[in-house]
This record gives sequence, structure tokens and C-alpha cells, in this order.
Amino acid sequence: MRFEPVHKTPAVRTEQIILFRSSNQVFAISSSSVQEVRSVDSLAGAAMEIDEPAVPKVHHMLRRGERNVYVVNSATHFGLRPSPAALIFLLRKTRVALLIDGIEKMTTMTRLQALSGAFCHEERVWYRGLTVLDQNVIPVVNPLGFLTEQELLVLDAAAGTLIEAEAANAQEMGITP
Amino acid sequence: MSWTEQYDARSCVLLRLGDRRFALAADQVSELVAPSRLFRFAHRTPEIDGVILRRGRVVPVCDVAEKLIGKRLSSRRFYLISTRRLGATSDWIALPVSGDCELIQADLTPAGPSDSPHVAAWLSHDGEVIEVLNLNALTPGMEPQNSANGNPVLAEAQA
Repeated sequence: MRFEPVHKTPAVRTEQIILFRSSNQVFAISSSSVQEVRSVDSLAGAAMEIDEPAVPKVHHMLRRGERNVYVVNSATHFGLRPSPAALIFLLRKTRVALLIDGIEKMTTMTRLQALSGAFCHEERVWYRGLTVLDQNVIPVVNPLGFLTEQELLVLDAAAGTLIEAEAANAQEMGITP
Repeated sequence: MSWTEQYDARSCVLLRLGDRRFALAADQVSELVAPSRLFRFAHRTPEIDGVILRRGRVVPVCDVAEKLIGKRLSSRRFYLISTRRLGATSDWIALPVSGDCELIQADLTPAGPSDSPHVAAWLSHDGEVIEVLNLNALTPGMEPQNSANGNPVLAEAQA
């Protein structure tokens, strides 16, 4: 006779993550936050230059329908040494595209540890928490932490001026968009 | 009334930072461990050097030597893993120390109004007057708590 086990082990909640490099440091991002991965070259013609001194981590923007998507340099965002970026993550549910050096691998995390209260500055917005993979501690980025509402407003204002100037320029040259 | 207002014997851990000794209430100390791999990642809290892994937990490392003796430790012999409590929450923090630690029983004298916020109390040991540290005031991310007379107290000791 067999008995059913009284306690069933609860299924471990896992999350698919992408490990990526920025200035020789490894970060993780949830796969579900990444809509597209593109090479920097593939966006060369589509990106517009934007120079807003208040947001130095953004130098380019993309037009996606009626939306402006801002390209955030991850190394500048995290205060790291500038490095040659090769890939762009277009993030879901935000107007952010993230410039990164490269992808390390895709993997699964089973545990996300909250950032200790001892970390009390911008990192609390930057990260969802920390995870341990192969005896390494990896920060898991918060996809909503790359640009604040205020920064988006500033960038939208700068982008509006830029788009108007481009339209005026095109009209002058007799080019129909 | 906090325990720092009493003059009774308490267990304390003596720790060494450079040439000086400080004390921490023993019930704030989890363990003393040999230095292990320090993991660093981008952040903006200058007091935190990085994190270590201990018993599956990620523990931030905070070098308090600069605040207490005016310079960072050149050699780290151990990490003293301590518990910080604020209300219902608690977390661990690893303090690098430069020598052996010692568990003692000592009579504590409460800190006075002119003492620095990081001083929770004083004790006398081997002819030396030693500061008992207020971790909440010394480490980032926790507001120092004050006793009725305005002096900081150890968080877990509040009635």
C-alpha cells in the first residue's frame, strides 16, 4: 500500500534572465522585459542624435510610430567607464532602448534577494535586487529605472524641437517625409 | 528606558581597527568570518565596498574604519558580521576588522550629549576606555535613533 506524501514541495518559481555586459561588468535583466535585441549597426540609419546636457546618458533616439524611444548608454547610467557598445535592448513597456556591450548568456534565476538597506542611493532604483549564479553575485536591473519621469519630460521637449527643426529643414529642401 | 541608561554588565565584542579598539553589543554580532571573495557591482553608496556571500545571503561590506580612525584598513583580517535592526526589520552588515575579536562582560556607561552619534555607550576594559558603537549611526541606510536625553541608543535595546 502506498501513501500519498502529505507535504508537496512547492514548485520553485523561476525567471528567465539575460546576462549582459556593460564596461566589463555583468548585469541581469528579465527576458520578459526585453522586446527586441538589435545590433548597433542595424539602427545606424534609424537613430536621431539628441544632445540634452541634463541627460548625458542619452545621445540617440528612435522613432517608433508616434513614440520617441531613448537610447540609454548603460555604462554612463551605472557610472562605469565608457566601453564600445555592440547591442541594443529595446525594452518592453518603457520608452528606453539600452546600449550594452554584449550578451553573456540566457539563464534562469530561482531567487532574487532584495538589496540590503545599506545601499541607499540610486542603486535602489537601478536594481530589482541581487541574484546568485554560479557563486557570483549579479545585480538584476529594473527596466523602469533607466530614465525618470523628469528625464523623459526633458528628453521629450528636446526631441520635439529636434523633430520640428528636421521637418522645417525637409520642407525647405522640398523633401516630403 | 534603554539599556544604555543602566550601569549593568553586558556582553560586548571588542574589535580592533588599526591601533584602536571598539566594542559592539554581543547581541548585535552574528559571527566572525575570514575574508572571502568580495563582489563589486555598480552602486552609489560610497561607504559600501561590495558584498560577500555568507550562508546563502548577500551581505554588504562597510568599512567603518575611515569614520572611526580616519583611514581605511590596509589589511582585513576578519569580517565581523553584525545585525542592524530598525523597528521590525533587520539586516546583516559585514564590518572589516584588523585583528582578533574578544567577547567580554563589561559595565556600560551611557553616552553623553556631547558624544558623537556613533557612540552608544562607553566601557572600561584593561585600563582602556572604549566606545560601544551605534551601528545604525555608523552605517548607511539607517537613521540613528535617539534616547530620551537625545543620545543615540542601540536599536534592539529599546523597551
